Amino acid sequence: MNFKKYDPLKDIMYQVLDKNGNLTLADWDNKLNDMEAKTAYEKMLFARQADIKAVSYQRQGRMYTYPPNLGQEAIAVAAGMVIRDEDWLVPAFRELGTYLAKGMSLKEYFLYFRGHEDSLIFKNAKNFLPFSVPIASQLLHAVGIGYAIKYKEEKDKVVFTFVGDGGTSEGDFHEAMNFAAVWKVPVIFIVQNNQFAISVPFNKQTASVNIAAKSVAYGMPGIKVDGNDIFAMYDAVQTTADYAGKGNGPVLIEALTFRAGAHTTSDDPSKYRTKEEEDNWAAKDPLLRLKKYLQGKDLWNAKEENALLDQYDLEIERQFEEAENYPTTTLDEVFDYHYEELPEELNRQKVAYKKFLNWKETRK
Amino acid sequence: MKVMNMVNSINQALGMKLDEDENIVIYGEDSGLEGGVFRVTEGLQEKFGEKRVFDSPLAESAIAGTALGMAVAGLRPVIEMQFSGFAYPAFNQIISHISRFRNRTRGKYPVPMVIRMPYGGSINALEHHSESMEAIWGHIPGLQVVIPSTPHDAKGLLISAIESNDPVIFMEPKRIYRAIKQEVSEEKFIIPLGKANILSRGEDLTIVSYGAMIREVQKAVVMAKQKNIGVELIDLRSIYPIDRETIAESVKKTGRLLVVNEEPSSFGVGAEIISIVNEEAFLHLEAPPTRLSGFDTVIPLPMGEHFYQNDPLRIFYEIEKLVNY
Repeated sequence: MNFKKYDPLKDIMYQVLDKNGNLTLADWDNKLNDMEAKTAYEKMLFARQADIKAVSYQRQGRMYTYPPNLGQEAIAVAAGMVIRDEDWLVPAFRELGTYLAKGMSLKEYFLYFRGHEDSLIFKNAKNFLPFSVPIASQLLHAVGIGYAIKYKEEKDKVVFTFVGDGGTSEGDFHEAMNFAAVWKVPVIFIVQNNQFAISVPFNKQTASVNIAAKSVAYGMPGIKVDGNDIFAMYDAVQTTADYAGKGNGPVLIEALTFRAGAHTTSDDPSKYRTKEEEDNWAAKDPLLRLKKYLQGKDLWNAKEENALLDQYDLEIERQFEEAENYPTTTLDEVFDYHYEELPEELNRQKVAYKKFLNWKETRK
Repeated sequence: MKVMNMVNSINQALGMKLDEDENIVIYGEDSGLEGGVFRVTEGLQEKFGEKRVFDSPLAESAIAGTALGMAVAGLRPVIEMQFSGFAYPAFNQIISHISRFRNRTRGKYPVPMVIRMPYGGSINALEHHSESMEAIWGHIPGLQVVIPSTPHDAKGLLISAIESNDPVIFMEPKRIYRAIKQEVSEEKFIIPLGKANILSRGEDLTIVSYGAMIREVQKAVVMAKQKNIGVELIDLRSIYPIDRETIAESVKKTGRLLVVNEEPSSFGVGAEIISIVNEEAFLHLEAPPTRLSGFDTVIPLPMGEHFYQNDPLRIFYEIEKLVNY
């Protein structure tokens, strides 16, 4: 794609695959061939199944608060298909498909939402920062990493960072885009515009025609993409990553989607949106769309899907059980990672607590 | 040895480290070409190039947040907040990320970073240029907070701060940037973080102070000596980690404590030191441990600032009260 054709001020959205699974773009050129398209579907299916099961674990009281990814799988999986080991991932917290591609295990993911300190190490993943709960603050980290890549002349490396539509109102979003463009660093900003910041809808978040347009003032390219269209997302991420990796500077991608689930398991969307709106978007679902495409080419059937889901369930359950059996946090683990060497003051506080524990023990 | 002021000695420490470690970068508002509004980084861009010493756009949160990104990707940024009173937009980055990253990633991503900021009053400045808010930083788990009181200390402490693999808030008492000159070694030397320095020995009263107030206290100590009052003066040097042992040992000997600084009085470093003394030297006390800070007011504009800032006479008045308690 020539992403510069999609002037964000004209609000043209890049789409390859429509909601009925038909190719709407003649020059798509099968950038994902049949096998790759099938793999993309399988990755989305796995991410969705893990996510659905995570919500159910939370409902069973086996996990704490959890932010579902439902309906947004195409964005994260597309980025996951582009990102390489040497690239950096600076996440928000609703991009499960990219985390899995980068090497995070589901066990680690579950550990995080079960409250384990060990969860954010991502042991087998390189160049992957922890989730970022303070909205949009992570975008600046991505820009700093971009500066380091440029400084060390590590050619071709790219930083991928995520934020939601609500995050685009934060100062850090604007500071990050400005610094990135001034420093001309290889950062791809992906805004998952799922149209709700918890309960606040897009039209109460910004008066801009879209989010991609915000790139214009900072002097960097921006493109609005159908975030429920894995083909368009893959192409957009791949093309812009290539552009940034060649030293052309940052790009902003707005991925238009819909948060089909709640903000987190503590939220109830029925208070702020209608069933009709949800049904309307359910028809544009990213998995449904790709499935229709694959079925149209006779590449997919229900039997295959059911067999895969059984297999996925076993894998997800296995990793959840490992997380559930993980040892609980020790007192040392609370203290020992704040500084390279434990300061005397922290040690004093730890020892004082251990004395209390000893007293408690002898009291029995 | 060479006679230097604090601006010179900090500049020399920065230059030495830039020379020694190519992963060090320095940036902030006006820190590059101009050398900062106080000229602390003057000449460094010329010597080390714009890639390593540069002007950033004007946004404190971004200066701090991008520095975290650089640190996790292998650089060692030394960033500047033009005045400590302008550091507040960077709070979220410093408190939510910079101070926590090592802990959150169990040591996978430490944050070797120094955040320099001039602080403190008595320079007849405009609003927001005279605060002394070290207690805020000292309260944040994961940070180290350092305040030098002399050109010599500034050099040795800053080198330690830059070599630390954990973030350091390095607060520079701008009132004495150029007011104190002393001989400082041109060689590299370090002063360890977390250790206080006993500046004078005495038997009657312990004063704990730091930054620009040290000079004021020293004048009060001379006044006290004329009245045969021996003051043990401790320069704290590090707000966090705090040197509990040196404070406690001194007060066990003297039985009296006065903390002198320029922060608002309540919930401050003074309160922390008094708490340490209560815990460690309670049975040795001859008088209530006391703090002489500013007021719980906004620091007054220049025409009224003398009420807020402690001068030698005000300090001496407290010394006499405590000794005669």
